[in-house]
Amino acid sequence: MAEVLVVVESSQGAVKKVTLEMLTLARTLGEPSAVVLGAEGTAAAIIDKLAEFGAQKVYVAEDADLAGYLVAPKATVLADLVARVSPAAVLVASTQEGKEIAGRVAVKLDNGILTDVVALDADGIATQTVFAGSTIVKSKVTKGLPLVTVRPNSLTPSPAPEPGAATVETISVAVADGDKLAKVVERKAEAKGARPELSEASIVVSGGRGVASADNFKLIEEFADLLGGAVGASRAAVDSGFYPHQFQVGQTGKTVSPQLYVAIGISGAIQHRAGMQTSKTIVAVNKDSEAPIFELADFGVIGDLFKVIPQAAEEVRKRK
Amino acid sequence: MKIVVLVKQVPDSGAERNLRTDDNTVDRASANNVINEMDEYAIEEALSLKEAHGGEVVILTAGPEKALDSIRKALSMGPDSAVHIVDDALHGSCAVATSKVLAAAIAQQNADIVISGAESTDGRVQVMPHMLAERLGIAALTGARKLTVDGSTLTIERQTDEGYEVVTASTPAVVSVWDTINEPRYPSFKGIMAAKKKPVQTLTLADLGISAGEVGLAGATSAVVEHSKRPARQAGNKVEAGDDGGVKLVAYLASEKFV
Repeated sequence: MAEVLVVVESSQGAVKKVTLEMLTLARTLGEPSAVVLGAEGTAAAIIDKLAEFGAQKVYVAEDADLAGYLVAPKATVLADLVARVSPAAVLVASTQEGKEIAGRVAVKLDNGILTDVVALDADGIATQTVFAGSTIVKSKVTKGLPLVTVRPNSLTPSPAPEPGAATVETISVAVADGDKLAKVVERKAEAKGARPELSEASIVVSGGRGVASADNFKLIEEFADLLGGAVGASRAAVDSGFYPHQFQVGQTGKTVSPQLYVAIGISGAIQHRAGMQTSKTIVAVNKDSEAPIFELADFGVIGDLFKVIPQAAEEVRKRK
Repeated sequence: MKIVVLVKQVPDSGAERNLRTDDNTVDRASANNVINEMDEYAIEEALSLKEAHGGEVVILTAGPEKALDSIRKALSMGPDSAVHIVDDALHGSCAVATSKVLAAAIAQQNADIVISGAESTDGRVQVMPHMLAERLGIAALTGARKLTVDGSTLTIERQTDEGYEVVTASTPAVVSVWDTINEPRYPSFKGIMAAKKKPVQTLTLADLGISAGEVGLAGATSAVVEHSKRPARQAGNKVEAGDDGGVKLVAYLASEKFV
């Protein structure tokens, strides 16, 4: 069977869920090979996990410059690898960095690219949802090999039925000056607590304009924590300064597709729906019975969120 | 300082959008076409850089003739001039081919900084700034929520899932911005009147040294095979909170095994 490259995303020694999803997908297409691109010491902690999810081979490219400069060095290493091994497909996470790497590889190899893919079959036909989730598109790369970025939470990751040890192949890296134009001088973490990452979470609890203040977002955070979910925010809430932009769900923010999406004090403008309407189950709390969010909610509570949510939190605690 | 701002005309994301049934491209004929919202933040950023450092701001758009409406709208905010790449052969171009066209036009401009929105609301592909940087051999500072310019050194705060990264580069560079970076100005009446007289240079593919076969549906590196409308979500049960809205909510979550 042909080799399928999966570009690994990891953070502090942990493989991101989207990578495990891509390995699971890759197993249906061929023999998964994971590609680790990062600073020295990135691969050691994660190789076993990659093998557990079916990576038969792990390409390890480690160099301080891969992390020290924005995406161009990673794209060069990946494009060289793709040209060398001619895989059946290349899967990259549909994150900002993943898309950027894939975009550069597409130009380098004059190869087509498909982004935000939610499914890919063995014939290279990819499924995408576009226009705020209203349209389903089947598409394919017509020049070169299937180079796709896979949207997080598109499938359920599962360990390989008979995992073996992965063969490790080290790739030597020498980053050229032309790839060292955008230097990362500092990485700053902004606390999201122990919560799961927004685009990967299976439960997302979001607050909107109705939450009314940054302080009140504690209510949203508390309820998210009780459900083990991530916190999101509508654009109105972000623009009002209630919550940071990296948690914005919608047209100009993140697209999420969790098992459960709880919309609290969110009217459901199209800008917001664009980012969440492919969620499996949607629940809404809003005092306006005419709010458009109720049109897509599987269950809606018409009422004051400042009464409903604390009571719901108490009820969850009782049931635990 | 010369700043080129990439502006794309897109179907209004607030209205229903469709793909065409004949060639599977975006249906622009029946749509209300507007400036890609994120591009207004790119224009604002360019104008405030010009105000602080001097120079000129040029709008660059590839699109059909009617994209001129969006170019005039962009100019009404204050940029000096525009370049409009119009060619029937461009219809249906993929991102890879589009980047070839835009890169050729940018190369003619000799810009210090190219600014774009972080993504367009139609394709949301998010790859163009890096594709352009790759072709032009210049730096790409993408996903900026803050941009500072000190001489020829550019520094951004790049929004990430974990927080942000501080990234620097020397000009020339491509910068892409999120909508958190500034608050775009509204065009003044004077600006709207002035925009009508501002120079808009029209370029064809031939002017850029690109042949028709390299772009459009013929030269596309990917294709839509089929498309369909996703069935609309059905509204479920909606209840009045009464005194026990929270209890009702959790009862539902429990029935769906989330609690």
